[in-house]
Amino acid sequence: MGVEGIGQRVARKEDKRFITGKGRYTDDMKLPGMTHAIFVRSPHAHAKVTSIDTAKAASMPGVVAVLTGAELVADRIGNLICGWMVHSKDGSPMKMGAWPAMAPETVRFVGQAVAVVIAETRDQARDAAEAVSVDYEELPAVVSVLDAIAPGAPQLHPEAPGNKIYEWSIGDKAATDAALAGAAHVVTLDITNNRLVPNPMEPRSAVAAYDSGDDQLTLWTTSQNPHLARLVLSAFYNVAPEHKLRVIAPDVGGGFGSKIYIYPEEVVALWASRKVNRPVKWTSDRTEAFLTDAHGRDHVTKAELAFDINHKILGLRVHTYANLGAYMSLFSSAVPTYLYATLLSGQYVIPNIYAEVDSVYTNSVAVDAYRGAGRPEATYVVERLMETAARELKVDPAELRRKNFITSFPYQTPVIMTYDAGDYNASLDVALKAADYAGFPARKAEAKARGKLRGIGLSCYIEACGIAPSKAVGSLGAGVGLWESAEVRVNPVGTVEVLTGSHSHGQGHETTFAQLVSDRLGIPTSQVSVLHGDTDKVQFGMGTYGSRSGAVGMSAIVKAMEKVEAKAKKIAAHLMEAAEGDIVIENGEVKVAGTDKKMPFALVALAAYTGHNLPEGMEPGLKETSFYDPTNFTFPAGTYVCEVEVDPETGHTTIANFVAADDFGRLINPMIVEGQVHGGVVQGIGQALLEGARYSAEGQLLTASYMDYAMPRADDVPSFELHHTTTLCPGNPLGMKGCGEAGAIGSPPAVINAITDAIGIRDLTMPATPDKVWSAIHG
Amino acid sequence: MEMSGEYRISAPRERVWAALNDPELLKASIPGCESLDMLSPTEMTAKVVAKIGPVKATFNGKVHLLDLNPPESYTISGEGQGGVAGFAKGGADVKLTVDGDGTLLTYSAKAQIGGKLAQLGARLIDSTAKMMADQFFGRFSELVAAAEPHPAASAEPTSSIEPAPAPLQSQPTVAEAFGAGASIEAAKQAAASKKSALNLSPTIGSVPRWVWILAVAILVVVILKMVFW
Repeated sequence: MGVEGIGQRVARKEDKRFITGKGRYTDDMKLPGMTHAIFVRSPHAHAKVTSIDTAKAASMPGVVAVLTGAELVADRIGNLICGWMVHSKDGSPMKMGAWPAMAPETVRFVGQAVAVVIAETRDQARDAAEAVSVDYEELPAVVSVLDAIAPGAPQLHPEAPGNKIYEWSIGDKAATDAALAGAAHVVTLDITNNRLVPNPMEPRSAVAAYDSGDDQLTLWTTSQNPHLARLVLSAFYNVAPEHKLRVIAPDVGGGFGSKIYIYPEEVVALWASRKVNRPVKWTSDRTEAFLTDAHGRDHVTKAELAFDINHKILGLRVHTYANLGAYMSLFSSAVPTYLYATLLSGQYVIPNIYAEVDSVYTNSVAVDAYRGAGRPEATYVVERLMETAARELKVDPAELRRKNFITSFPYQTPVIMTYDAGDYNASLDVALKAADYAGFPARKAEAKARGKLRGIGLSCYIEACGIAPSKAVGSLGAGVGLWESAEVRVNPVGTVEVLTGSHSHGQGHETTFAQLVSDRLGIPTSQVSVLHGDTDKVQFGMGTYGSRSGAVGMSAIVKAMEKVEAKAKKIAAHLMEAAEGDIVIENGEVKVAGTDKKMPFALVALAAYTGHNLPEGMEPGLKETSFYDPTNFTFPAGTYVCEVEVDPETGHTTIANFVAADDFGRLINPMIVEGQVHGGVVQGIGQALLEGARYSAEGQLLTASYMDYAMPRADDVPSFELHHTTTLCPGNPLGMKGCGEAGAIGSPPAVINAITDAIGIRDLTMPATPDKVWSAIHG
Repeated sequence: MEMSGEYRISAPRERVWAALNDPELLKASIPGCESLDMLSPTEMTAKVVAKIGPVKATFNGKVHLLDLNPPESYTISGEGQGGVAGFAKGGADVKLTVDGDGTLLTYSAKAQIGGKLAQLGARLIDSTAKMMADQFFGRFSELVAAAEPHPAASAEPTSSIEPAPAPLQSQPTVAEAFGAGASIEAAKQAAASKKSALNLSPTIGSVPRWVWILAVAILVVVILKMVFW
């Protein structure tokens, strides 16, 4: 409804400040008396800290304090935690090793902080940090997941013998084993899902300010979920009680999951600010980001998919080893389990699925959710298997998928999820047509004439997002509920403020959320402001990740709007002496249906606040709150088609065409949705072609800058062709599904399927760099 | 990281030997070398400031010598701490052989690096280390070749190393402390040759000292290569 309502390509309201340099990020904060923190970090992947000499550093110019892990522990600052309990097959709880914010005794990854220097300037802190003398007694290190579980491997945590955090499983083992044993054809793949560094444009930052007058702490930080940060900082890290801690996440320049977690640096900044009784700022440099931001993916998997004689799937058996790094990050336990194995059914009817997941400690930085979080890994397993199966069975990959699609809903998979709605044939049809799938053989022949190898690859992905029903995630081990809250404040002049527990760090909430209000009230989005990211302003919230801001966050706004509208209608009916049931709100006016009686919405708002003439017994004001808990995940799905051309002389892959056909349910702002898909697909292409975090055998991070870690650039990707099919999500009032992660979930297998098709090999490990592709071609 | 190299120095082994005893000459050959100090007969430290490209760091290197077999071979083991720039540690097998009227120095080194060195420079180390080693030995060869030969420099080293006695307290110089620690005979030679040293330096002659200094030199070269980026 309206030019700025749902479904309209409204230009992003927030972009004016972003592109004119008026954005306000954590590092922009400058407080009177502010000091600067620089961390002293371990250059060793595994070592005992035998002594720390801070005397020289403490005497250097401008140094306010030099603090160590021992002091932090002495002050009873709590260890960092993982907030999602996962149990092993044998019923035992996951084995969590202690993670102090600064290491008092043992360092377990390169970059782990052992001390912090607080100084008047950043440069002074940096100089003094260099003067902190730390003696280490080196211990043997292990970085690969399979090495870590081998007999005799270096042991990281006494709590976790054999470096195993848990050995988890899902599905019916006996039935799946039987299905595979009786199958006409079984396709097997050994799959590595490469480790990635999130690389948000804005590095992490924290400014902590202690007010000794009120015994109050304020933390500005780069967080995707400030309320959750406050909860964890208070309840577990003992920094300050919740009512004495305000967390503000102002403009945040991207997160991709890496800013969900509460990191050691934020804990230390808060603790240090109280200790030195001055504000403390820390901002990560880029190499610190590579070293300490939680990484993503890093799975090693053996997968077997069984077919009957008619090419119908009988069963899927998967064993995955997940590298969680040296410590368990906030949600890391859930990523390779409930966010991964529950999606292994893909878009297909798979009667039997059994998956085992062993999560393992290694001497590397923690691994946690990164754009897609488990679903890209699941999609990669399923879609590489389907493509490989089609080649082995010598059938068309599209038709093999079509033959096995789920077509009736709701559909209960063998791995917890109940798919609520979808039309997988529709997105496949749209994608194949847009990609001119039928014309591919001619294009391949034409490329061959030019000496190039052309290939095409499909990926029919599904994901579960809009996380999540609190009761469901609670039963699976989550430490928090995953509802969302909203408050809608109508001001006396009729403008509207929406306070949301969702957090925008690039997603455009200030625009899409305003469009929702505009759609319902018929007022321009310029009269709507969206507030988020401040625990002193917003009632509460669970933040933004798992593509949940639309499906969960906006649903909460809808619920609050419904309450506001109901009250406004009561007031209007009273003022216009009409029946409440006849009142409609449209175009910024409140009307009596079937008459010419109407009044501006702003006057209803004013009446609510003057209180001069309200219905008997009604409280003044026009402001309502809702806490919305979803009833199910939402299940975006679609088909991606990637067409590549490989130069056999250089091994270089060019993406000739990339088509995405997504079903995101109802779109609020198609332009913003397309931007999300573009970004996601580029990240997926980055994983497939370019990106990979590499540790040396000794645990040194070799890819710690953009010289060695290849991020996708504009010339690495084509101009995407995007299409949408629509089945509305029945689980939320707007019929929305999430769109934030789909691109990163669906694209990697499409790219690798296309390259392996082009060069005629069975498998290729990501990233498919030119040397790897060239070696594959030339044996 | 592994590297090996071979350098022909246009001077007889005796002269190379003596020159390698000369801290001043070595300091001149190693870019950024601020000091070379003996801590004990089996331990030497070097301080090198390296500023190349975006990384500037002061490296404190510690070197141990093993398997001394003068004048033919020995093994270096050492590590350098560069503060926030990270660390380097490793070892090298070094051989010095007579090659006509010159001397052939060959080494094969293994090094491990950590911290910023590894994070920012790992992929560039091999080529840079090679380049830096060439630079060092190039300068060293020039300086040695330019120096006047001296009879005292031709003293052959002992072919076996005896257990090290306590350092000579009365002779506190680096050269003498080293000589005393390495071998009584070497110490005697060092004392004997002190007054008739090469023009290169007032403190020359102790037989095994070249080994130490070369060890430091090579370690420093390795470290320098790494720190470049």
